[in-house]
Amino acid sequence: MLKGQKRWGLFFFLAPVVLWLFVMIVLPHIDLLIMSFRIENDEGQQIWSLKNYLNFFEEPIYWLTFARTAIYSILVTFLTFVIALPVAFYITKVVKPKYQGFLLVLLLLPFWVSELVRVYGWMILLRESGVINHFLLKAGLLKQPIEMLYRDSTMILGLVYTSMLFMVVPIISVLDSLDNSLIEAAYDLGANMWTILFKIIIPHATPGIVSGSIVVFMLTLGNYLTPNLMGGKNSLWFTEQIYNQFIASFNWNQGSAFGFLLLVLSSIVVWLGLKLTRQNLKKVVQ
Amino acid sequence: MQIDLAVKDISKTFDDFMAVDNVSFEVADGSFFSILGPSGCGKTTLLRMIAGLTEPTAGTIEIRGKSMLGIPPNKRPVNLIFQHLALFPMMNVGENIAFGLKRRGDSKAVINEKVATILERVDLIGFGDKKVDQLSGGQKQRVAIARCLVLEPAVLLLDEPLGALDLKLREQMKVELKKLQAKVGTTFVYITHDQSEALVMSDHVAVMNQGVFEQIDTPQNLYNSPDTPFVAQFVGDNNTWSGRIRQCDQKTAEIETTDGRVFRTQIRQQLQPGDEVDLFLRPEAMLIQPDAGLANLNRFEVIVKDLLFDGANSRLLAHPLDADTELLIALPQTHQYDYIQKNDKIEIGWDEQSGICFLRKENQD
Repeated sequence: MLKGQKRWGLFFFLAPVVLWLFVMIVLPHIDLLIMSFRIENDEGQQIWSLKNYLNFFEEPIYWLTFARTAIYSILVTFLTFVIALPVAFYITKVVKPKYQGFLLVLLLLPFWVSELVRVYGWMILLRESGVINHFLLKAGLLKQPIEMLYRDSTMILGLVYTSMLFMVVPIISVLDSLDNSLIEAAYDLGANMWTILFKIIIPHATPGIVSGSIVVFMLTLGNYLTPNLMGGKNSLWFTEQIYNQFIASFNWNQGSAFGFLLLVLSSIVVWLGLKLTRQNLKKVVQ
Repeated sequence: MQIDLAVKDISKTFDDFMAVDNVSFEVADGSFFSILGPSGCGKTTLLRMIAGLTEPTAGTIEIRGKSMLGIPPNKRPVNLIFQHLALFPMMNVGENIAFGLKRRGDSKAVINEKVATILERVDLIGFGDKKVDQLSGGQKQRVAIARCLVLEPAVLLLDEPLGALDLKLREQMKVELKKLQAKVGTTFVYITHDQSEALVMSDHVAVMNQGVFEQIDTPQNLYNSPDTPFVAQFVGDNNTWSGRIRQCDQKTAEIETTDGRVFRTQIRQQLQPGDEVDLFLRPEAMLIQPDAGLANLNRFEVIVKDLLFDGANSRLLAHPLDADTELLIALPQTHQYDYIQKNDKIEIGWDEQSGICFLRKENQD
């Protein structure tokens, strides 16, 4: 009797989640998966085919964009990590505890406005007639304004900026649990700053680093707004190819195929990352 | 004798709080030196200054004749064993011990040999591949010691490393640590708030209170002839009377206590009749039902309030006939005093040589 009640209770509370997952995520994906294996023949009928996937491999622009997106996403993840680690270390270990909360709020503050507004903020700063150019000209460092937008470096800057918080927060939470005396003990035993970083801090922080990296990598890979606005037409981000197929070419079948390729890519990279760092998903998600 | 560690006039101020106030001491090569004090007395700060983890505000630290000022901890010939040991959980036992050797750039063969040797010395043969969390408390302790000793430091600093262990293991480690120190011959500087740890293990003990050293002496002298009231109260148990000097000469004084008793006691301080004094007396200095023939005894009668049985450390809790001062009296477990019951009236006597008398704190300066 009690057991039955328990099961019913579990079902009751899980139902919304399961329903939501099924209706909003699983069903559309099944539909997309089916769509990606179908094309329209000359008579306008939908038939089964691998053509959509073949197109991807036959047309260099597609797979080059794909590879470029993957490599840049990994680069963005790495850069975000390189910037986030010292920030997190500073907040957890260097500043006085009473300022920690304040600094965290400072980190969070930019995320209270939407990504769109933040990206436009960067554009105001970086464009040819923008704030930075204006001051560089005034200071006499530049003879004529340069266009800082629509470059790969600018796009990466934007992506790193957008991802920062998602890396800093998990690293802060793991560094919080790092006993200061471990750092002092290593220092006392003759280690220098770099050894402490690589032998003590990073090994301890690995679960947080990996979980932050997964989030940042996935967000970056699937980002549409920032590459599009800050990288412009040159950005060649794979999400734009998907967008083009769905909206511009109205070729939903091709678009679904691209979407699934991106999903496979992110799954493989995350799996590789976990294998390389010898972490498992269960530990990282905790 | 060579001096391994010389600390001169060292001070440390945090904002407006004086943690360590003008402390000086020397530790001879191969000796076991303890700093004993209540928590918050500045002993950890002092140790961290020797290790280099905290910069002193003033004063100098010399190790084997070389000044350590401005030298970072990774370049100092001292190693610190932390209160919670700070073993690296991301490494196994062997890697933990090899950590310092690797930083020094020793070759792999040398490292392996040294690690094996030190593991043998701390009785952990074959533990090299174990993970840190597989070890028991006592084993972790020995790994932490091995990790430092393998570097052959001039001075090994220990920050209450036995604090986290349970009582039985602590007693055992106390003896083991002392034996290990004698075996390796490294100079140990040990800080603790546990007087028994300090007394059992050390050659010399410094008693620290509120940032200053009250007394540096051998454990025996600390116990038998404390220099200050703080040392008398902190090291070992004591019964305390307040009183006034009635008359005195160079060596002895007659004291009238606030509860109206008159005692004769030795004094080691220049005192005048009329001075307010505190009189300290060890529980074991009080003899139960002393032989009538013994001379020079201060005798009085007490009522037994309770018997505090604690094996070899058993006590009687008593109070004098006409006062409610609480007295602790050592009760030897020789069956000689088995007849004593609660509420019995017994005679107590103490030799005038065992009294410890100090001028009252408020009247000083």
